[in-house]
Amino acid sequence: MYVYMGHMRWQDIIPYEAWFWEKNKINLVKDLVTKIEPQHKTISTASGAHYQYDQLIIATGSSPKTLNIEGINLDGVTGLHAIQDLAYLESRSKQLKKAVIVGGGLIGVELAEMLHSRKIAVTHLVRENGFASSVLSKEESGIVNQHIEHHGIDLRLDTEIIKIQDNGQGSVASVTTTTGEDIECQLVGMAIGVKPKLTWLGGSGIEVNIGVLTDVFLKTNVPDIFAIGDCAELRNPDAGRKAVEPIWYTGRMMGETVAKTICGIETKYQPGIWFNSAKFFDIEYQSYGDINPILSGNQSIFFWKHKIASKSIRINYTLNGVIGFSALGIRLRQNVCHQWIHDKIMIEEVLAQFELAVFDAEFSKKYADKIRNAYFEQTGKLILKKANGRYDQVYRFLKKAKSTYT
Amino acid sequence: MIRFPDYSLSLTPTYTPGISLTQKLWVTIGFIGFFAGVIAISGYDHAGVFLLTASLILISISIAGFSFSLYHHQKSGIKNNYTWSRSLSNRGIVSWVLALWITGLYILLYFFPNALGLSESGNTGLIRLFDPLSEWIKHKPANQWFVYGVFYTLAILLFGVKFLRKYKGNRYQQIRTVSVMFFQLCFAFLIPEILERLNQPSMDLKNMWPLNYYFFFDWHLDKLRSGGTLGLFMLGWGIAMILIISPILTYFFGKRWYCSWVCGCGGLAETAGDPFRHLSDNSLKAWKIERWLIHGVLVFALLMTGLVVYTYITAHSNILFLNSYAIREWYGFFIGAIFSGVIGVGFYPLMGSRVWCRFGCPMAAILGLQQRFFSRFRITTNGGQCISCGNCSTYCEMGIDVRHYAQRGQNIVRASCVGCGICASVCPRGVLKLENGQVDLFERTEVNIK
Repeated sequence: MYVYMGHMRWQDIIPYEAWFWEKNKINLVKDLVTKIEPQHKTISTASGAHYQYDQLIIATGSSPKTLNIEGINLDGVTGLHAIQDLAYLESRSKQLKKAVIVGGGLIGVELAEMLHSRKIAVTHLVRENGFASSVLSKEESGIVNQHIEHHGIDLRLDTEIIKIQDNGQGSVASVTTTTGEDIECQLVGMAIGVKPKLTWLGGSGIEVNIGVLTDVFLKTNVPDIFAIGDCAELRNPDAGRKAVEPIWYTGRMMGETVAKTICGIETKYQPGIWFNSAKFFDIEYQSYGDINPILSGNQSIFFWKHKIASKSIRINYTLNGVIGFSALGIRLRQNVCHQWIHDKIMIEEVLAQFELAVFDAEFSKKYADKIRNAYFEQTGKLILKKANGRYDQVYRFLKKAKSTYT
Repeated sequence: MIRFPDYSLSLTPTYTPGISLTQKLWVTIGFIGFFAGVIAISGYDHAGVFLLTASLILISISIAGFSFSLYHHQKSGIKNNYTWSRSLSNRGIVSWVLALWITGLYILLYFFPNALGLSESGNTGLIRLFDPLSEWIKHKPANQWFVYGVFYTLAILLFGVKFLRKYKGNRYQQIRTVSVMFFQLCFAFLIPEILERLNQPSMDLKNMWPLNYYFFFDWHLDKLRSGGTLGLFMLGWGIAMILIISPILTYFFGKRWYCSWVCGCGGLAETAGDPFRHLSDNSLKAWKIERWLIHGVLVFALLMTGLVVYTYITAHSNILFLNSYAIREWYGFFIGAIFSGVIGVGFYPLMGSRVWCRFGCPMAAILGLQQRFFSRFRITTNGGQCISCGNCSTYCEMGIDVRHYAQRGQNIVRASCVGCGICASVCPRGVLKLENGQVDLFERTEVNIK
């Protein structure tokens, strides 16, 4: 995304400099693995090379999901996943006047922002009635929808793609939607999620379902073979977590976990309390804990929205304490939110000390008072401010909180 | 959707956004102003002064108008779109021309002021055009430093306006930028000039030794000592800055209180230099060079000042094989002129905006050492939210590989960090925050990831 938009060059988005691999005695081979033979502990590659292993870690990632519709294989239909997709987009962008994006998740929004930055008209089809509707509430989606439309994106909610029309030369001419409309375009961006990349594992004896099945140590059914990242599927995920979580930080955590295990400290994969983040054009989004907009049982929601700016805070809670935070346009401190969720702190107490969780830059406008006022208006309960949110206070809070339960 | 890995990869954006008609208009006004200035320099009479005034006004209007037009439709939030594909900001032909031009100006300024029209028997050319302004402010004809001061201040003010527009909605950046604009206009330019008019010893009160390397030079000490109460106050103030004020402020806020809030070099880098910040090399190799170079300059500055003070007290100019006059000449030439001026600013479009501050400034070196070991300042990483996108490292003007720390959940405590806060501003995930705290001062670098 940032390379396409000229924020960075290709070399800037690579997390390590070139010397990293050799210095850390990692032999980086660029090749395609074609076969795993666990009985001999070898792998074979497309170039004909064979490698012996003691421990094998499968981290092959995912590929974009696609739809079984007419025209899906036409030239001009693309996902946004691999470096090849980026190169393809770059090569197509010059002639591009109009694009249709399918999918109301993060990749869809990023793709929209990318194309928009080159003044390419974008029509965005979202199957649900709002962006990221599995995690955003209706009001939150509303903020995001409005912001995206404000940027000039032609947003179509509750709309699905039915088929892609051929221009007669094997390329995209238009997209037909469930509303019966025919939208002219030269590019279709498919952003409806990802699925683990597994097909090449056939015949290896490694058990797969949606992804490579692993236990809590990220071990597969075959000895000395691990699976991590987008391609892994946990047999027994923790409560509140999914079996397959194709996001950046779980991949990193899984990597760290397996690294510990193969270095002799057998370590369970414990991702802890759910968190995630995104950016919808200019609106930053962060979430911690259970933020399901559809409530179950004794759950309630407290929601505050800024009158004009695209900012909001949603707290999911029960009578036993807070369970989740969802923030648009306001940065929250992960450690503090985690602590509150972990310790099941009551919502009044959380709001009284809300300053502790605010991670906005110095001199930023402060909203905690407004948030407490909103709570008073909604519930009639008056909450007095108990914290200023300065670093030392945050530090002491975390130290104290940790010592009380450990 | 099936794509093969042998696809020929062209990842460099082939797109450069053009500029709108309005923006073209502003640029045209700027060029008219520029050429009016060129014509003005070639002759001197009332028309020349009028032309120069018109030129400066037109250029100012052009820069301000362009900035407003450029960011008018942009919502709060930072867009660095196509920074790497514009000729100006990607070491293209435009940036080379600009670099040569600025470098050339600095060489004339430092070594050939006569070419700019400086003359004992009455100025000519560019400098003479500033005589009326100089006469008006301080009852003296202009010299090359007066002209430089006017241009420098204008650059900070005008590109400051551009910066304020670009980072609208970000109050840290707004307040910080108003601060550097204020200190340049009042402390670096107006106060010293007005003091000169009043026949008082003049001094840029915020320009601290060793950045102000001539503070302990004999002529400067003599000037202050013979300058009455105000002179003595300035002498005391200068020393108090070094020994008391600066250490205290650096303890509380890190070196940013100076480098990105007050300092003139920093002020220019943050405003006029902002479009080039991403050109700073953030490799490990560059960091190694930086540490040798900047601390080398610091040692040079300490040695030079020590010798100069020794000479001042004892009237001996030779210590062992070192001649204090020769050493201070060398320092002035290589560090004062070549490094901080010609390279420091001239190379903005090629090596980023903080070449001097990062590799050369002895003041930054001292503040940096304190910041690294004894300051409450750090950049906090927000748990595990980093997605390793690389914006922070790319847009760090000091070439710090911020991501290296952020993706490990580690706080950033680096001697070179000037606390400009751009890493936190460009972070798309709200991962970084500039903070001051004393409770964990000696464990600021500890991994805090959960």
